Amino acid sequence: MHARLLLGDEVIAQAAVDAGLSGIYAYPGTPSTEIMEYVQHSAEAKERQIHCRWSANEKTAMEAALGMSYCGKRAMACMKHVGLNVAADAFINSAVTGVGGGLLVVSADDPSMHSSQNEQDSRYYGNFALIPVLEPSNQQEAYDMTSYGFELSEKTGIPVLMRITTRMAHSRASVTLREKRPQNKLSLPHDPRQYVLLPVFARQRYKKLLATQTDLERESVTSGYNRFFDGTDTSLGIIACGIAYNYLTENFADACPHPVVKLSQYPVPKQLVAQLTAKCKKILVLEDGYPLVEGQLKGLAAHPGFTVCGRLDGTLPRDGELTPDIVARALALPVTAPVHDVPKIVAARPPAFCKGCGHTDLFLALNDVMKDYPKGYVFSDIGCYTLGALPPHLAINSCVDMGASITMAKGAADAGLSPSVAVIGDSTFVHSGMTGLLDIIIENAPVTVIISDNLTTGMTGGQPSSAYGKIEQICLGLGLSEERLKVLTPLKKYHNENVSALREAIHSKGTSVVVFRRECVQTAARRAKTKQP
Amino acid sequence: MKTDIILAGVGGQGILSIAAVIGAAALNNRLYIKQAEVHGMSQRGGAVYSHLRLSSRPVASDLIPFGKAGVILSVEPMEALRYLPYLTPDGWVVSNTQPFVNIDNYPDVATVTAELQALPRRVLLDADALAAGCGNAKASNMVMLGAAIPFLGISLQDMKNAVYAVFAHKNIEVAQVNAKALEAGFEKAVQQQ
Repeated sequence: MHARLLLGDEVIAQAAVDAGLSGIYAYPGTPSTEIMEYVQHSAEAKERQIHCRWSANEKTAMEAALGMSYCGKRAMACMKHVGLNVAADAFINSAVTGVGGGLLVVSADDPSMHSSQNEQDSRYYGNFALIPVLEPSNQQEAYDMTSYGFELSEKTGIPVLMRITTRMAHSRASVTLREKRPQNKLSLPHDPRQYVLLPVFARQRYKKLLATQTDLERESVTSGYNRFFDGTDTSLGIIACGIAYNYLTENFADACPHPVVKLSQYPVPKQLVAQLTAKCKKILVLEDGYPLVEGQLKGLAAHPGFTVCGRLDGTLPRDGELTPDIVARALALPVTAPVHDVPKIVAARPPAFCKGCGHTDLFLALNDVMKDYPKGYVFSDIGCYTLGALPPHLAINSCVDMGASITMAKGAADAGLSPSVAVIGDSTFVHSGMTGLLDIIIENAPVTVIISDNLTTGMTGGQPSSAYGKIEQICLGLGLSEERLKVLTPLKKYHNENVSALREAIHSKGTSVVVFRRECVQTAARRAKTKQP
Repeated sequence: MKTDIILAGVGGQGILSIAAVIGAAALNNRLYIKQAEVHGMSQRGGAVYSHLRLSSRPVASDLIPFGKAGVILSVEPMEALRYLPYLTPDGWVVSNTQPFVNIDNYPDVATVTAELQALPRRVLLDADALAAGCGNAKASNMVMLGAAIPFLGISLQDMKNAVYAVFAHKNIEVAQVNAKALEAGFEKAVQQQ
């Protein structure tokens, strides 16, 4: 079998194809986007007719994956960590229904918030749903564990969560591919009530899920992905989770003197931890994200003379991703002092709008209208246009979660804020904004919703937007009257017209929707290059 | 062998293409490689970097510790300075001298150049001009990769083969211009050393 140089995301995608995947469902979100993109560009996936279209949001993705699994086929749902919040209802309940074909959910966390609004730790979701969590420590393990994840899901009858972080998702390494497996044949559940979560059936299913927990812990001991490595210096025992194991290895050049448990599969195997605690009275937990294992271990440390250190006691920073240097300091190893500091003249270079971006023309027009009011009347959302919060525009006052601009604007209007304006992108609007607009229209709430339609999902690299060609129909279908809907073109030459049209909408009573539509300059340039229509 | 490299630049300047070429060459030379990239928000004109680690033995961490990078390879002068704490005491800085100014508070260019000139081991060149001379100003990233070759532990010929492997699917002319840019950068670096 041959070696390939692949991103962590790409490794998981290739592994799933090789493991007999029948469908992948996802909504784009950094750092998870490349999993779906890899399958979409894979000739092999095309040949195998693997379903690989983007979903409208993570919830629809999760549910579609469960539906495919119901039919006995292997399915995967991929998302960024906050996407799992959107999919949470389906996700938690899929643990109760259980699965047919192997169901692997991949959630890509972003500690240090390189491209996210928080650094929540998806492992808690696995714990919450009572399902196994896989956390590969390197790209080859990510390949092997993807295939294992499908097997484990079929063997235990429940979904499996794979948790990766930005460093795994967006780091390349060479990976050896293994034998390919055919897809499962279509088969329906033996028990016709398995997926009917009426309380009477759900109670039985839940008992079954609880009974499976012993098997899951046994798997955590026997699968080979969790290992105990003995060491001579028992003054400290170390538990290293996921890629934190690499930072440990980096610091000891393959010869760590302390006993170590390498942890890549949850639930935490008590048996392996006991091997460590039998030898060491002080345990350091290295984990990226929240102190999940450290917190669980504290229970063991109730008796005197036994300490657990990590993110909770300040041995490691409470927030931010781990690095080899942070781990070295936690191990009290000598850290190389940098020879050079960053010269004082070096200025920060934050991301910015592309030259000629339509969002900027929208914000110029909006700021012209809103200059009559103090700051604080514009709610916004998640996408490139969130950069409108920064100088020079300083045009928006919120960014919370997908779709929140519309519903927050409604709540603010209900509280008496006038005018109340929402700015949302096309893809975010169909992801989670439509239902909020329905709430507004039903009450004819005095809110102006601006949809900045760049005809793509821009921030994540220009994936097709499910809103394409549908926005007016959606708004009218939700009950908006035609005279309350305007479509404008964000270009400098239309600035004055756009300002007066927007002013009229914002000053009028009741609900209005203004669509600013111009193609993303990045996708337009790519299209011109490849001469696509 | 073991080479830890910080690639630096501004989103859109092509440092991921540099990484792809080094990666292809490393794979052909049967080296172990790990390369952490920045995707997402920063690619919109923000500062971007990549940690690239080559070794004849397996590589543990995806990230390079401070003070351990043998080479900082930057396609933009101020971005080269941003990562100096990663450089080893005997490390090399290989940087383009042409600034990419997309912020209002970009420092005085002469001061940036002076900071780079003051480094004990550096190769500084106008990659934009050299690339334009090769037929495409956009190939300045390959000029910079060429200039770093003496410090990477991979030969010019192996790197050239990798350029063809990475760019050939576009068209042969693109590959040829990039290979020419690579050579131009290499020659300039050899003169400066």
